Amino acid sequence: MSKALNTFTNGLLRENPTFGLVLGMCPTLATTTSAINGMSMGLATLFVLVCSNVVISLLRNLIPDKVHIPAYIVVIASFVTMVQLLMQAYLPAIYETLGLFIPLIVVNCIVLGRAEAFAAKNNAGLSALDGLGMGLGFTLSLTVLGAVRELLGSGMCFNMPVFPENYGMLIFVLAPGAFIALAYLMALIQKLMKK
Amino acid sequence: MVYLLIIISAIFVNNIVFSQFLGICPFLGVSKKIDTAAGMGAAVTFVLTLATVVTYLLQHFVLIPFHVEFLQTILFILVIAALVQMIEIVLKKISPSLYQALGVFLPLITTNCCILGVAILVGDGTWAGKVPGAEANLLQGTIYAFATAVGFAVALILFAGIREQLAMNKIPKAMQGTPIALLTAGLLAMAFMGFSGVV
Amino acid sequence: MKRLESNLTNMVLSLTVVALAAAALLGGLYVVTAEPIAKQKQEKQQAAIISVLPAVEGLTIGEPETLDGMTLYKAFAGETWEGTAVEVAENGFGGTFKVMVGFDKEGNVVNYEVLEHQETPGLGDHMTSWFKTDKNRQSVIGKSPETTKFVVSKDGGDVDAITAATISSRAFLRAVEKAYAAYKSGEVQAVSGASILQQEAPAAGSGTEADTEGAEQQPINDTQL
Repeated sequence: MSKALNTFTNGLLRENPTFGLVLGMCPTLATTTSAINGMSMGLATLFVLVCSNVVISLLRNLIPDKVHIPAYIVVIASFVTMVQLLMQAYLPAIYETLGLFIPLIVVNCIVLGRAEAFAAKNNAGLSALDGLGMGLGFTLSLTVLGAVRELLGSGMCFNMPVFPENYGMLIFVLAPGAFIALAYLMALIQKLMKK
Repeated sequence: MVYLLIIISAIFVNNIVFSQFLGICPFLGVSKKIDTAAGMGAAVTFVLTLATVVTYLLQHFVLIPFHVEFLQTILFILVIAALVQMIEIVLKKISPSLYQALGVFLPLITTNCCILGVAILVGDGTWAGKVPGAEANLLQGTIYAFATAVGFAVALILFAGIREQLAMNKIPKAMQGTPIALLTAGLLAMAFMGFSGVV
Repeated sequence: MKRLESNLTNMVLSLTVVALAAAALLGGLYVVTAEPIAKQKQEKQQAAIISVLPAVEGLTIGEPETLDGMTLYKAFAGETWEGTAVEVAENGFGGTFKVMVGFDKEGNVVNYEVLEHQETPGLGDHMTSWFKTDKNRQSVIGKSPETTKFVVSKDGGDVDAITAATISSRAFLRAVEKAYAAYKSGEVQAVSGASILQQEAPAAGSGTEADTEGAEQQPINDTQL
């Protein structure tokens, strides 16, 4: 039981994909213009991560070593395409906002990284938990970064006005703000973790 | 004239790293030294241009005629992975010196999202919306892909130059490592914002 | 269970099985989602057209017409022409943007809807609502390019530009002017189309026959809304 719990919290906190492992930076920076966008991106990645982890874990002994990378890529790309189709059909507005970054989940280092490092060595249950933990950790950090940028940039939090928009620092919604906000958040977390 | 616009737009105005956020992982990962940055930049330029041509042809002669556009993601990533492997093998055979220079970067390139990203942008033709007068055909798409890769190399080399200098400075403990790199990238992105509206 | 050996048969077999399974799964899902996806797109287009046209009961949209790269959707209530929605593309600050502009019979802007854009978030992207907001001289709603000068006030026109986004604003107003020009040249045709129908309809006796007879013009009843 403690192993399961450990696996789950590992991705959430200690090895948080964004702040701990520094993986998946492209969607982290690009889609966090608001808290909602960040969260949607995180959840889409979570879905792919959990599904591909489970399937790869089940197939791990049926795939010869030499071809494991292409096989994993096929599995991951299939789930990404599924997300694309489902989002286009039922959540077209969010699909349009996230745009290119939905198909790019395929090349998100977290997904292939977890498949290689965890799912290929553990059973399906643990792999699902690992995917869930990592996915939630990713979602959490994207939501926090999105919320910070939205609050500073346009004076809103989850689309709720906090202070008048005229006082927003526009730069945080634009590209440079993504780098700067993430830099300070990361520094803050490094500082807190040291203690 | 339109070719010039495409090139300026792809390198400066819509720089792939600073305004489109593609290829951030290698951008942060292999930017500690100018030499390695230049090697990575060259490898990406090579693969990106080639991959875009191949995927464009696949999109227009396989996916669209058979109405299976939804298989784009899966097909493109497999083709890119195979292509990178092939380039590695061919380079080893025909040009050992080039292989020595680029070889170590090639395996990293498959998961570099700027390759798949640009392949999709050119395949769908959406890139043309950013450049007035551009048409989403093979020639212009290839030029766009090449220029985008050059933009990536420019960003990477600039960034590596700054990081080499930064390494000699005293930086507050909490800011060491990734945070200071991100902050530098943020300032560079701000500088690149100055190009917006040029094209 | 031991991991399968990396011999050729195993490798080819496992890859084929994985690829086939993936293809089957995706093919199935594609068939299931194809209809909702097509419906979503259609609905979005229709919603954009309706939202920029005058609010008249029983509006029907005619067959789309293209003119200089713009798409015109003419709207009819029964047989009378009520207005036209024009979809127009223009180069903005960050790239091409698409806007749907609706005009009523008199040529006044009824409403507009920005369909796609790449303007800077927080600056140029205010165009989605700026020119609809009734504040100072920034709204274009209810005005006609005939009487109002659709140029930003900085350039001596009658419309206030978006704060700090003059280039986007100029582009937007240019798009509206272009749409108006298309509306103007399409108008004559539309009026005559409607009047032909009006003449033919009584002669033909019933509406359905009138439709088949007026097939060349075909301005109405393509999409019942």
